[in-house]
Amino acid sequence: MSAEETTSTGFMGWIDKRFPATKVWNEHLAQYYAPKNFNFWYFFGSLAILVLVLQILTGIWLAMSYKPSAAEAFASVEYIMRDVNWGWLIRYLHSTGASAFFIVIYLHMFRGLLYGSYRKPRELLWIIGVVIYLAMMATAFFGYLLPWGQMSYWGAQVIVNLFSAVPGIGEDLSVWVRGDYVISDVTLNRFFAFHFLLPFVLAALVFVHVVALHKVGSNNPDGIEIKYGPKGNRWDANAPADGIPFHPYYTVKDIVGVVAFLAIFLAIVFFWPSFGGIFLEAPNFQPADPLKTPEHIAPVWYFTPFYAMLRAVPPMFGSQFPGVLVMFAAILILFFLPWLDRSPVKSVRYKGPIFKVALAVFAVSFVVLAYLGLQPASPVSTLMAQIFTALYFAFFLLMPFYSKLDSVKPVPERVTA
Amino acid sequence: MNKLIAALVLTAAPALGLASGGHVALEKANIDLTDQASLQSGAKYFVNYCMGCHSLKYLRYNRMADDLGIDDAALRQNLIFGDAKPGDLMSNAMRPEDGEKWFGTQVPDLTLVTRWRSSDWVYTYLKSFYTDPTRPYGVNNLVFPSVGMPHVLVGLQGVQEPVFSSEEHHEGPPVVTGVKLTQPGSLSPEQYDAMVRDITAFLTYAGEPMRLERRHLGIYVLLFLGLLFILAYAMKKEFWKDVH
Repeated sequence: MSAEETTSTGFMGWIDKRFPATKVWNEHLAQYYAPKNFNFWYFFGSLAILVLVLQILTGIWLAMSYKPSAAEAFASVEYIMRDVNWGWLIRYLHSTGASAFFIVIYLHMFRGLLYGSYRKPRELLWIIGVVIYLAMMATAFFGYLLPWGQMSYWGAQVIVNLFSAVPGIGEDLSVWVRGDYVISDVTLNRFFAFHFLLPFVLAALVFVHVVALHKVGSNNPDGIEIKYGPKGNRWDANAPADGIPFHPYYTVKDIVGVVAFLAIFLAIVFFWPSFGGIFLEAPNFQPADPLKTPEHIAPVWYFTPFYAMLRAVPPMFGSQFPGVLVMFAAILILFFLPWLDRSPVKSVRYKGPIFKVALAVFAVSFVVLAYLGLQPASPVSTLMAQIFTALYFAFFLLMPFYSKLDSVKPVPERVTA
Repeated sequence: MNKLIAALVLTAAPALGLASGGHVALEKANIDLTDQASLQSGAKYFVNYCMGCHSLKYLRYNRMADDLGIDDAALRQNLIFGDAKPGDLMSNAMRPEDGEKWFGTQVPDLTLVTRWRSSDWVYTYLKSFYTDPTRPYGVNNLVFPSVGMPHVLVGLQGVQEPVFSSEEHHEGPPVVTGVKLTQPGSLSPEQYDAMVRDITAFLTYAGEPMRLERRHLGIYVLLFLGLLFILAYAMKKEFWKDVH
C-alpha cells in the first residue's frame, strides 16, 4: 500500500525519492493500526516519551550554567535558582521531572503486568523495556550526585560502597568506580559525564522499544491479538477489524492525557516542588560535607523499594554481599517474567482470583517497601521489609505454579469496547 | 483486599510513631511572605544581629532590595555595611577557620536554613535558648542541643532558665523539657516573638526568593491548562465519533 501512496511530485516527492519520510509516517503513525480499546493505562507510554524529552531539554539548559566541580557545584545550583533567567523553573521542571519519569514508568510497567503485555510475542519488547528501566535508574543515580548536597553525597557514598561488598575484588572495584577512596571531585566529574551521556542512550533504547512494538503490534486490555482477528475496517480492507490508525485517533487521545498529566505535574512544580521532602530531600539544601554524616541517609523515593530489600537481608559471613545480590535480583528477575507466566490467557480480565490477589499483594509490597526504605531502620521495619521482600519475590518465583493452577474465564473473539 | 489494607496500616502504625517521637515540638512560625514590612524588618534585624557571623552568600543585596521593596538609598544606608556593592552576594568577613577557633565549628551560611531545617525550626530555635553553665557561652538550646553559638539576642529577649523533667528515675543528667523567662529583656515576650517571626520570614524568603513568583505564575499556567484540556477533550471526542 505504501508504494502507490508515496507522493511523487512536489517537495515531499523530492524528499521521498531520497528518504522514506512518507513511508515511515504511514507505517508508524497514519497506517499503524492500534487496538481500539486502549484505556487509562495506555497513556503512560507516550507520557514517558514526553518526560524523557522534557528531561533532556531542561537538562541541557541546566548544564549551560552548572559547574561539575566539588568546590562550585552546590553554589552553581543556587546560581541557577536565583540568577539565571527562569533557572528556578528549569531546575524545578528537571527535579520534579525525575520523579515524574519514575511514576509514569512504574504505571507503564504495571500496565504490562495487568494485561500480560510481556507475553509471547512481546518478550523482547518487555526485555528492552527492562533495559530502559535499568538505564533510567543509572541516569537518576548519577544525576542525584550533581547538586552536591548532603544527601547527594552520602547517598552516593552508600550506593558505591555496595560495590565494596563484592567478595575479593570489592574494595578495588569501589575505588575504581569512585576514582578515589571517597566520593570526591573526580567522582562528581565522571558522574556528570555519565549523566549527560545516558539520556541519549535512553532515547536510542526508546527508539528500539518502539520499533519492537510496531513489529509485534500493541497489546490491549483484553490481551487479544487483533492481527489474527478478522480483517477490514473503514480505513483499509486488509487492516485488523479492531484496529484504528494511531494517527489521528491515538494522537488526539494522547494529547488529552498530556494536558491532564501536565496539569498535575506543573501543579507540583509551581506549588509544591520539594513535595514534602520526597522529590527534593531537605538535607540536600546543605552543601556536601565529607566530615559530617547525616543522621539518616535515604535514597530518593524511586530507589527505596530496593534499598529496603538491601537492608532487609542480614549480613552473612560478615558481608553485606547477600543483600546486594537480593537487591539486584529484584530488578533482574523482571527479565524472566515472560517465561514465568504459564497462564493460558494474557489479560487480568480473564485470569482467575489467584493471579488477581498475587498482583495486588505484589503492588502493595512494592509501595510498602518504598515507604520502609525512606524510614530509618528499626527492628519492626526490618521485619516488615523481610516479609514484603519475600512477597515481592514470591510473586515471580511462584508464578509458574499459581498461573497454571488458576482458573480462567473464556476470552472473547473480538476486543470489548 | 480491604482487610489486607487494614492489616497493613496497623502494622505500619508503630513505625510511624517511632519516626516522629523524641523531639521537642516546634512552634508554628506563622510567617506571611506577602507582608513586606515584616520581611524588611527581618532583613534589618538579620544584617544587624546575625550577619557578623552568618552569611547569606547565595543572595544578592539588590535582588533582596527589589523583592522586598527597599529603595537603593535605604539599601546602601541601612543594610550594606563595609564596602559591599548592591550587586554583591551577602557574604561576610568570617573565615571558616575563625568559626572553628571561636565556636568549635564552621559557622553555617543561612541562605537555605529554612529549606533544610524548616521555618518553624528557625522560629522555635530563636526562642529556645536557656542558661547552661556547662556550655562555653553559658547557653544551650532546646531544639539544638550543645549549640556552639552564644544567645546573641539575650539583651532583647532576656534570660531563660531551663525547666527540667519531673521524672525522677531517669539516669544521667536531668532532661530539659522547656524554658521559662526569669529576667526580662528590653522587649516584651510579644515584641520578641514578632521580631523572631520577622527574621524567620526574611530567612524563608532568602531560602527561595522566587516562591511568591512561582505561585503567582502557577495559577495562570493551571488556568491555561484547564482551558486547553477542554479543547483537547472536545477535539478527541470529535475525532472519535468515527470509531464508536
